[in-house]
Amino acid sequence: MLNLRRARREQARQAPWIVSIYRTDTGKKYAMAISGVVLLLFVLGHMIGNLHVFEGAHGGTFRIDEYGEGLRDLGEPLFPRTLVLWAFLRIPLAAAFLIHIHAAFALTRSNRSARETKYQSPRDYLAARYASRTMRWSGVIVLLFLAWHLADLTVGVEAVNPEFVRGSVYHNLVSSLSRWPVWTLYVVAQVALAFHIWHGAWSLFQSLGINNPRFNRFRRTFAHAFATVVVAGFLSVPVGVALDIVS
Amino acid sequence: MHLTLRVWRQDGPGAEGRFETYEAAGIHQDMSFLEMLDLVNERLVTGGREPIAFDHDCREGICGSCGLMINGRAHGPQGSTATCQLHMREFSDGDTIVIEPWRATSFPIVRDLVVDRGAFDRIIEAGGYIGAPTGSAPEANLTPVPKETADAAMDAAACIGCGACVAACPNGAGQLFTAAKVAHLNLLPQGQPERWMRVERMVETMEEYFGSCSNHGECEPACPKGISLDNIALMNRDYLLSKMRNRKLGGRR
Repeated sequence: MLNLRRARREQARQAPWIVSIYRTDTGKKYAMAISGVVLLLFVLGHMIGNLHVFEGAHGGTFRIDEYGEGLRDLGEPLFPRTLVLWAFLRIPLAAAFLIHIHAAFALTRSNRSARETKYQSPRDYLAARYASRTMRWSGVIVLLFLAWHLADLTVGVEAVNPEFVRGSVYHNLVSSLSRWPVWTLYVVAQVALAFHIWHGAWSLFQSLGINNPRFNRFRRTFAHAFATVVVAGFLSVPVGVALDIVS
Repeated sequence: MHLTLRVWRQDGPGAEGRFETYEAAGIHQDMSFLEMLDLVNERLVTGGREPIAFDHDCREGICGSCGLMINGRAHGPQGSTATCQLHMREFSDGDTIVIEPWRATSFPIVRDLVVDRGAFDRIIEAGGYIGAPTGSAPEANLTPVPKETADAAMDAAACIGCGACVAACPNGAGQLFTAAKVAHLNLLPQGQPERWMRVERMVETMEEYFGSCSNHGECEPACPKGISLDNIALMNRDYLLSKMRNRKLGGRR
């Protein structure tokens, strides 16, 4: 009886199952991979949505303005306006970002402590690519860019984008990308994103244990294709602005 | 051949280390790397100086004792080769060779180029074995094992535990070693009864000592036995499955 009570107390003290997994490094890699998949789906969706900019105007309003409005109207009339956008897109996305960043910090700390004294002579890497070794830097660049991007085109902070007009997506992005420092920032951030998702889109398979001789050779191809398509799609907008296709 | 060696010298575990430079003249191209160090040591001893301490045992690439960081690569420039099987013909006359010990917090330096790889033993103790007393060898056809499975398990079992994977990993992670040991037993029928206990304990013991896997893939070309990264994926999958199964068995929330 006493033992049973003790066992129950022990169990109550244990963290919930999912938390106990996340506390391990391997569990954090799972969290990295799963939140990474959510973020990859987001960048893919965002990139496809951006292409509306090339459809120009239709009946006096730009197609991309209608698309932006459509995102707010998602789920209507079943749900109140913007509820679906917040509850199913924005909040899960923010959660995925936070998990991804927290796991990255924790894993970096664990990796640093695993080699307190560095090699005193130069290393000669054979397989570790530039992209994989700079994940935390490309990640930081993308994060800083995200802060700018939200202030620039989502919230419309006066200091960041003085010509911001709420709801006029087309006007806002053209006025923003017409300034060359902002244009450069967008292009640099997309290159960093390309490196980041190129490694991530391959790495997630290993972390999740998705490995089979039947499809192993397609994993790298998938990463190449995904990174190329997403970043080419994203870059098409600043390039379009520079070439006056979008103005 | 005439070579210049820059060798890491360290008097003891806590002592301050430094690189020292030695001229190695009259090196034959057919010498192994360790024979070259033997010759340098003989000359040091004759000159009344302390020889360079390095680990070695079988010198035929199977014991996993030797292991040096040579010019920034674990086990030197030749792929799928332990340091003892590396020959001086891989280098050219006049080369400068930089020799460093494995660097990882859990591989503390004992002296010069010798590190303590006891952390690997802790991982094996956690589950790298079959607990059932097996008696004498069973009849070979008693437990059929598919050829592909036997091959995969055998490839994983080739790991000699030299620590090159940890040494080469930018994160100082022990995944390739642990995954090889997990896969070696978890793929075979004999390993099934302890499969979920094994992977959970071995992974969690590994994490007490080593970093995490970022899938750089640096361990694979460093491995003298060519252990594949596929084993790491298998270990990651089995670890999550073990968490689910052991949760059910333990009645956890």
